[in-house]
Amino acid sequence: MTGPATVFDKPTDYIGKSIPRSDASRLLRGKGHYVDDIQLPRMVHAVFLRSPHAHARIISIDIKEAEKAKGVIAIYTGNDIAKHVKPYVGVLSHLPGLRSPAQYPLALDVARWQGEPVAVVVCSSRALGEDALELINITYEPLPAVTDTLDALSSESPLIHGEYDSNLAWKREVEVGSLDKALSGDDVIVIERQMKFGRHTGVTLETRATVCDYVPGDDELIMYYAGQAPHMLQFILAKHLSMLEENVRVVAHDIGGSFGIKVHTYGDEIATAIIAKLLKRPVKFTADRLESFVTDIHARDHVVNVKIGVRKDGSIVGIGFNDFTGIGPFSMYPRTSAIECNQILNLTGAPYQFEHYQAVGNVVFQNKTLMCQYRAVGHPIAMAISDCMLEEAARVIGMDPVQIRKKNLIPDDAYPTKSATGMRFDDLSHHACLDKLLEIMNYDKLLSDQEEHRKKGIYRGIGFVSLVEVTNPSPMFYGIGGAPIASQDGATVRLDAAGALHVSSSVTEQGQGTNAILQQIAADVFGVSIERVKVTTGDTATVPYGGGTWASRGAGIGGEAMLQAAYALKEQVLSTAAVILQAKAEELDIASGEVVLKSSGEQKISLGDLAKIVYYRGNELPNDLQPELIATRHYRVTDFPFVFTNGAMAAHVEVDTNTGLIKILHFWAVEDCGRVINPQLVDDQIRGGVVQGIGGALYEECVYDADGQMQNASMADYLVPMASEMPEITVAHVETFTKTSVLGAKGAGEAGTGGAPAAIMNAVNNALSPLNCGIWQMPMTPERVLRALGKI
Amino acid sequence: MMKTAQITLTINGEKHIEDVPVRMNLADFIRTKIGLTGTHVGCEHGVCGACTLFLDGVTIRSCLTLAVQADGSEITTIEGYETDKNASDLIKNFHTRNALQCGYCTPGMLASSIEYIEQGNPADRELVKQHISGNYCRCTGYQAIVDAICTTIEERQN
Ligand code: FES
Ligand code: FES
Repeated sequence: MTGPATVFDKPTDYIGKSIPRSDASRLLRGKGHYVDDIQLPRMVHAVFLRSPHAHARIISIDIKEAEKAKGVIAIYTGNDIAKHVKPYVGVLSHLPGLRSPAQYPLALDVARWQGEPVAVVVCSSRALGEDALELINITYEPLPAVTDTLDALSSESPLIHGEYDSNLAWKREVEVGSLDKALSGDDVIVIERQMKFGRHTGVTLETRATVCDYVPGDDELIMYYAGQAPHMLQFILAKHLSMLEENVRVVAHDIGGSFGIKVHTYGDEIATAIIAKLLKRPVKFTADRLESFVTDIHARDHVVNVKIGVRKDGSIVGIGFNDFTGIGPFSMYPRTSAIECNQILNLTGAPYQFEHYQAVGNVVFQNKTLMCQYRAVGHPIAMAISDCMLEEAARVIGMDPVQIRKKNLIPDDAYPTKSATGMRFDDLSHHACLDKLLEIMNYDKLLSDQEEHRKKGIYRGIGFVSLVEVTNPSPMFYGIGGAPIASQDGATVRLDAAGALHVSSSVTEQGQGTNAILQQIAADVFGVSIERVKVTTGDTATVPYGGGTWASRGAGIGGEAMLQAAYALKEQVLSTAAVILQAKAEELDIASGEVVLKSSGEQKISLGDLAKIVYYRGNELPNDLQPELIATRHYRVTDFPFVFTNGAMAAHVEVDTNTGLIKILHFWAVEDCGRVINPQLVDDQIRGGVVQGIGGALYEECVYDADGQMQNASMADYLVPMASEMPEITVAHVETFTKTSVLGAKGAGEAGTGGAPAAIMNAVNNALSPLNCGIWQMPMTPERVLRALGKI
Repeated sequence: MMKTAQITLTINGEKHIEDVPVRMNLADFIRTKIGLTGTHVGCEHGVCGACTLFLDGVTIRSCLTLAVQADGSEITTIEGYETDKNASDLIKNFHTRNALQCGYCTPGMLASSIEYIEQGNPADRELVKQHISGNYCRCTGYQAIVDAICTTIEERQN
């Protein structure tokens, strides 16, 4: 092999090792740089007044008293802000038919969800600004709120947008084979269920925040941003604030969790940028927790009528479903609120072989907080539809859940192949993952333990899921539909005069360890000690252009760009060294910061000495040599729309049939994310993801009343998983490298969240099966369990 | 009319005399007036635990404590744990075991962990989990945090 492909010809020093993240050291000493930590000279605070109604006409806004309040610098209504912004529309051309009206940062004449900003006070402190909010007098005319997704589609329903004939935002139908005919076969057992998935949200521990500053002479807007896609936001700000893109700088330092919540266009953040421009001074907006609950995007919220047909031998004949999802009053810009539904249509049943598939997705407007992409977009629903129905089918025909999986999973030697829905797969390993899972969980022992406990009236259950995860997306995800979202990422690496590497990359860090794996890859591929690699991410002024971090793409795409850049720099350095040493470049290598002879390892010149010759004493070089000690490479996936990861997971639960409480006794996850760059980081991504999946399965729900008021919009009322409830999570790997890159890494960040809910629902239904009942709604709260048991 | 009051307190061994609005909470005071931004605010209503720090040796929620209530007290924040709380081993174990991802819960997590260890509690995973159940972490799934705390206790015992 030649070129970068030779990187793995010899053992690696860092790739594949659990190296602790260097930037965690600083965070452990209180030295993070989160947005709310920023205090700039003359900085003021934007404090938003939000609609208390889910749907109301704004009759009048009286700001006279508030303007006189202490500390108030300016007050803007929705119409004031609208004059300075081009409205945005959350549609994409590859989702044909998706409709959503133009949206402004603040409501204009009608507020359409509880929490929508209607006015903003700019004040010397947040506290004084909150005082001033109390003095703004708004007269609303409440309008009927459309809250229930199914009712919203009835012809009787009030319309959220008068210009549309219904509250339907988008509908997609997929038909492969002919399901109805296939399911009517004599030998086919058909099972139908209605599944419900509650609305939940990300609850990043750091709330959304931004500080925006404006430099008048340069016409430069700087946004300090707690988000995942700086270049996307740079484009959006430039476009909608009518600025030159190069004059907008977006800077993301440390981010206190994001999980997809912080990758969207939020009106309050755009308004903060506009205000900074208008006032020509820094403006901070930090959402408080109550604001977060009603303005951060929500996710899920699906009602799915599903049927599966199987034969007696367990083989799947087909799957059909009709999904209804409520997305709030607008489709979120620019990623849209139809992607989750689209993913469900694309991914349901993806691990299995079957012929007939019929799916309908209905994306519906309603007067609730906007819904959009949150960790594992669509996956928990898609995986639960097929896997929970599959295990139900197994129960009906009296087959073991593992056997029915083995019967239907796509064979490991069948790749490349396509799913029933047309997804293209390569390098997957469903059977190997399931086998490994059974090995680490000791399934047989759990089965006998279950028997023993049942005799004592203790109901334990074991549930599985086999899953795929969309990772490393190509331009087919967003770019093709016209979104300003890069699918490629870049990495630049530079050798400094001391022989250290400076890396900058367009992927971003939110704690998952992006910076750490970039260091590992750069150090290994180039040949320096990892301590000598400094990483910069998140600043559009300095990093190469790229998509950022979402859809589990940081390691696979950003990592490959890093590998290619480090390899290119190594070649450049060796060709310079060859001239200095009067040797052949092919005979040289770099190891531990030294240029060495490949054959003997003999050290010839240190990188520091080489760089000093190039930078300071160029007179020692031949005149026709102009060394480049910097290299940039970009990478995008070309062969496939997405590079899928797969895995198998299992949950062991105990259901208390008196209280309805579910305790997860243990959880196992086997993941094939290709090459594992840092096992500890990957394992903890999976654990964190599983715990968010447990949250969605058992605890988390944005509860709304019929008037569209969120009932539990506080940290005390909205249940987030806590340590005492969480099981130990055992993680193991199968490594099937993706052939789409040299690095061979696929994504890993979302699988836990995508798979855990189905495994837990299966475990609960397995536990309840001797009692002849089941539960088909998430979160599986104690009340719902008791209802399923017929106890209340 | 908004009142202010003068308070005197020690933070990580350094004395401060400051005028503060009487309604300002201690977290905001430490973050904005003193400039120690290692203390984080995740909810401002006493639930998430991110703002937990030591006041006169006891952990408190600094979002539920007014700055004026801290008058005359000695406070230790995350910036002081390594030296004032001798927690360099705990910090090292958090680091090597990856017991933080985004780092936002970390100041409160460390405070609760230090308290648990200082009280002489055992390296018992269930007890540790119960003890840190007033601290939400949205990233790690908690397992790594429990590992780091237990390892620290075991190392100190040996
Ligand atoms: S910020 Fe104090 S407990 Fe959450
Ligand atoms: S590390 Fe992010 S909240 Fe704990």
